[in-house]
Amino acid sequence: MISFLKMLLAAFIFPGFLFLSVYSLVLDFIDRKLYARMQNRVGPPWYQPVADFFKLIGKKTLIPVEANKMMFRIMPLVSLAAVAAAFLYVPVLGQDAVFSFDGDLIIVLYFLTVPPIAAFLAGWYSRGVYATIGATRILTQLFVYEVPLFISLLAPTLIAGTWSISELTAFYAAHPLYALINLPAAFAALISFQCKLERAPFDTPEAETEIVSGALVEYGGRLLAFFKMAHSCELVLVISLFSAVFLPFMTGYVFADFLLYIVKTLVILLLLTLMRVSMARLKINNVVSFCWKVLAPVALFQVVLNLVIRGSLQI
Amino acid sequence: MHSDNRITIPIGPQHPSLDEPGRFDITLEGEKVVNAVIGVGYNHRGLEKTCESKTYVQNLYIIERVCGICSHAHGTAFCMAIEQLAGVTIPKRAEYIRAVVAELERLHSHLLWLGVACHEIGFDTMFMYTWRNREKVLDILADLGGNRVNYGVNTIGGVRRDIDADMVETIRKALDALEEETKHYVEIAYTETTLISRLKGVGVLSHEDAIRYGAVGPVARAAGIAHDVRVDEPYGAYKEIPVKVITDTHADVYGRTVVRILEMQESINIIRFCLDNLPDGPLSVRVPRRIPAGETIIRVEAPRGENIHYLRSNGSDIPDRVRVRAPTEANWHGMKHMLEGGYLADVPITIAAIDPCYSCTDRAIVVKSGAKTDCYDWRGLRQYGIDWYKKRGIDVTALKV
Repeated sequence: MISFLKMLLAAFIFPGFLFLSVYSLVLDFIDRKLYARMQNRVGPPWYQPVADFFKLIGKKTLIPVEANKMMFRIMPLVSLAAVAAAFLYVPVLGQDAVFSFDGDLIIVLYFLTVPPIAAFLAGWYSRGVYATIGATRILTQLFVYEVPLFISLLAPTLIAGTWSISELTAFYAAHPLYALINLPAAFAALISFQCKLERAPFDTPEAETEIVSGALVEYGGRLLAFFKMAHSCELVLVISLFSAVFLPFMTGYVFADFLLYIVKTLVILLLLTLMRVSMARLKINNVVSFCWKVLAPVALFQVVLNLVIRGSLQI
Repeated sequence: MHSDNRITIPIGPQHPSLDEPGRFDITLEGEKVVNAVIGVGYNHRGLEKTCESKTYVQNLYIIERVCGICSHAHGTAFCMAIEQLAGVTIPKRAEYIRAVVAELERLHSHLLWLGVACHEIGFDTMFMYTWRNREKVLDILADLGGNRVNYGVNTIGGVRRDIDADMVETIRKALDALEEETKHYVEIAYTETTLISRLKGVGVLSHEDAIRYGAVGPVARAAGIAHDVRVDEPYGAYKEIPVKVITDTHADVYGRTVVRILEMQESINIIRFCLDNLPDGPLSVRVPRRIPAGETIIRVEAPRGENIHYLRSNGSDIPDRVRVRAPTEANWHGMKHMLEGGYLADVPITIAAIDPCYSCTDRAIVVKSGAKTDCYDWRGLRQYGIDWYKKRGIDVTALKV
């Protein structure tokens, strides 16, 4: 009974859903502030993401007449649920996630595919022209970054010999030098994550000046608030996953490890924001050729490298 | 909306990428633009008609408000037209001050354009930086004229505001800072990969097409046409100021960007030249309230291109006819050609690349039947133009296109 309560606590309060939502607001604010400061602007006050969320919650929700009402309503929740579920398998407090089993890395990767698919369906079923074009762009982009992302996240498992994120982290925490081998994959994964999060230069699916705001153009009010929340939770998830797989350095003390987790996530966020600040939006055909011609070969190179290292080290 | 695999999306009248209402119906096949229908006419203000019911001095204020960005270029053209009809020569100092303001205006217009263009391609950082720098120019203009955009420096027969020694120092300081920034922009334009990949080969209007569609300003100069009124038909202080015409051979949006950035550097040089050689003397001369009957055409190089003003007077203090042709009107014609064959992602930047000013352009024309008109055919009109310029000592046939 006690263990069940503990599990519930972990799943819903810390480091589960509540922590995820609060930390997503924090990262959202830091992202916006950094973005603003790098652009020579003042930026929002700390409570801006919270204020935005509650403002949207309080607004009237309009659903287009031609839209599929069920799909239109359900998609924001699907997106949020997938992200929240995936977060439980990612270590936050020390080396261990809330749940873990051998193969949870694959589960997390599958859950990560859900938000873009949900956004695609949301756009497709809202039946607007801008939404339709945005939706097809989301799908096109999904097909090109998913492959380098999967390969580059699975490459480190070849050395660790496990498909569980917690065990992967534990392995690399025990052998920190091995983590340095995975740098090419880290590069490919970081850029694929930027692509997945649809942030500049990969914000083609929501390109404001071309297709207004892409797939979510018909959304407003509470439903949009949940989509936005899912999106910033996805940011936390992606950054945590990246730090678990590619920056698995630990001290061994739970509290210090948690502080280290915060530092690591902030550093990754800084890199993602720098990328967002310094580049112009790519065209969808450029995104496709970049992912296939640069990211996929880098990720594949990592697989070959890790196989060779595994063979020569007899791990 | 859907037919086969084609889809028509409306860009405008209300759309985030448009600064003013205009309508572009873009037919797409996948992401490729196969047809573009351009609709303007959402901003008709009837300003030409208004001008025919107000005195010349009152019209000065209307004409200055034709365009929010090139307000000085329009005002200058209108004043020059009146001064030519009245047969007065304005003081040298006034001509130089007009040139300084005109070049400051070009600077702020190009900075504004650069920011808007970067926003269109999703490069918001550059947008913020250029607009921050634009503030420096606007501060000078506000000091000089009292306003950020409609400075009201021009008056019939000269200028209303003087540039004193303190002002010269302020302008010089701001120019030094701006020169550093423009160097940085040149570097970005030549090196930033994502920027170049978004601009190169987009919205191409080749040399021949630019001539065929009658493009003006940076759009024409980016296609290698060395056409600049300041050099071809120098007016005011430009008769003495050395102006380098910036051209480029890319003939696409990238070329237009490079031309505009280099023109900013050229503008800084021109302002420095003006400040160094600012003649002494009065600011304006008296011009009679009633303007002698006659008609005239004045061309002025606005930041966006050649600006044409036609003025006909009947001897009273109210003009008989005022015609304003803003540069955008000349550049619209090639727009359909530039859009078709491109991608949807290129539509906003292609539209923005001509620096369109919708409300400067919109006119309504009523053609009255039975009125007595002089008719020229194309050849006759061309010959008339050549002769007209010959009388004024300019041989247009010698101009290189």
